[in-house]
Amino acid sequence: MTTDAYRPSDVQLGRTAFRKRQAVRSVLVAALSTAVLGTLLGVAVTSAPGWDRVKQSFFDFHNAKEFFPQILEGLWLNLRMLVFCAIAALALGLLIAVLRTLRGPVFFPVRAIATLYTYSFRGLPLIIVIYLFAFGVPGLRLQGTPSVTVLGGAAIVITYGAYLAEVFRAGIESVHPSQIAAARSLGLTYRQSMRHVVLPQAVRRVAPPLLNDTVALQKDVGLISLAGPIDAIRAAQIGVAQNANFTPYVIAGVLFVLLALPLIGVTDWVTLRAARRQNAGT
Amino acid sequence: MLLTCTDVRKTFGASVVLDGLDLSVDEHEVVALIGASGSGKSTLLRCVNLLTGIDDGTITLDGEDITDPKINPDDVRQKIGLVFQSYNLFPHMTVLDNITLAPTRVHGRPVDEAKSQALEWLARVGLADKASSYPDRLSGGQQQRAAIVRALVNSPRLLLLDEVTSALDPELVGEVLTMIRDLKGDTTMVLATHEMGFARQVADRVAFLDKGRVLEQGPPEQVLGDPVEPRTRQFLARIIEAGRL
Ligand SMILES: Nc1ncnc2c1ncn2[C@@H]1O[C@H](COP(=O)(O)OP(=O)(O)O)[C@@H](O)[C@H]1O
Ligand SMILES: [Mg+2]
Repeated sequence: MTTDAYRPSDVQLGRTAFRKRQAVRSVLVAALSTAVLGTLLGVAVTSAPGWDRVKQSFFDFHNAKEFFPQILEGLWLNLRMLVFCAIAALALGLLIAVLRTLRGPVFFPVRAIATLYTYSFRGLPLIIVIYLFAFGVPGLRLQGTPSVTVLGGAAIVITYGAYLAEVFRAGIESVHPSQIAAARSLGLTYRQSMRHVVLPQAVRRVAPPLLNDTVALQKDVGLISLAGPIDAIRAAQIGVAQNANFTPYVIAGVLFVLLALPLIGVTDWVTLRAARRQNAGT
Repeated sequence: MLLTCTDVRKTFGASVVLDGLDLSVDEHEVVALIGASGSGKSTLLRCVNLLTGIDDGTITLDGEDITDPKINPDDVRQKIGLVFQSYNLFPHMTVLDNITLAPTRVHGRPVDEAKSQALEWLARVGLADKASSYPDRLSGGQQQRAAIVRALVNSPRLLLLDEVTSALDPELVGEVLTMIRDLKGDTTMVLATHEMGFARQVADRVAFLDKGRVLEQGPPEQVLGDPVEPRTRQFLARIIEAGRL
């Protein structure tokens, strides 16, 4: 007998055709309802009595064109701050989390300081920390006080470090003790077990929340404008004051969203992947 | 004697798990620990590996008191391999990386050498094609064999096996037991087990743990076939009832 190639049964062919028809219908329904809702929203906004004035003061082309270069230049500062602050805050958070896991009486002061730090800086509003750093520290008139930009950055790093430390700590504690037992039984020291067995698993598990906090950080980097440096928001503020028109803020807002998009995309992708891996189960 | 436990006491809060336990193991000897669930088999193995401290008594390895607080536990663990019931492979590393971690990081062996030795071992236990797989892609039996190899590549003076087959489906038990049987003669082993048939086959001596002590020990035929102590008889009778002999 020759082996027949697999041919779907009539029942299966029927099911496939049905699913295809269903898919086409779903797409059509989705497109139609989106169009209806979009039109309604558009009409509601543009037919509002104050629309013309809002359009003029928030979506004015000339103002947009005039201040776009300054805002973009300011955004470059935000971007640099973001990269530096994210890396520094992640490093600080990891360090604090590891310090909080140390056992033994010798490490009591280290543990106590680390704990005090995470407790206080998670409760302290970032704006206050920025003011304290940017205006308080220079007030000391110490030799070699860094610029306000650096001080503001330090405030962001120290505040976010406290949040990230707690995320890392949750990750470390989620690694089952039997993993540490296995590592130690092979002769690995506490440090080696942390480095090669516990931390890699912990970081993988908390990657989604870590990235989420980084997205929040990218927004809060804009608060540096409160301390004076000309970032995108400060540049927009100057523009707004000059022409009494809010369009520069809208431009800055759009640029911030664009800056965040890649990071948000990566976060979603990592979160999805983590969820899949969990569901695949072991 | 390679290993001696003298008057070992271990408590968890109010519960006394090991209560003056004595046990010694000769070089190249295979000792099977049997006893009811909760009789302290795992606890004893963890004490010997210094994963947990003891409350009294002495444990010596190669004549050295390893329960002396001046001893560095990391040095002792390098000489003792421990394999767990739940394998405990590191899920974020390939099988090969699991196996070469300790040789390269603890024993300072060159990476190439550690890799080729690991691959040799994997081939020997029929896992050559799994070297670059992650543990969750392996069956339970394959994971357990990889975990045993991970302990063996460090050439431990003593290998401790804690019910290495009890998490496995029945048809996977055989492959792990065969592997352990092949190690007999080269490696000194203490194994906690529920598999009486296996204890009979590989063990030079069977020790029955009861009430925190070794109540009875001797050649497998005697302890399993014609036990002296009534409590040993009782335990074996229950095991036979459960169809495990
Ligand atoms: N970490 C622990 N904390 C408290 N009790 C424990 C701990 N480990 C083991 N025990 C107790 O010690 C006893 C012996 O356990 P175990 O050594 O696992 O027995 P076995 O391996 O023979 O089944 C049990 O009663 C168990 O509940
Ligand atoms: Mg046990």
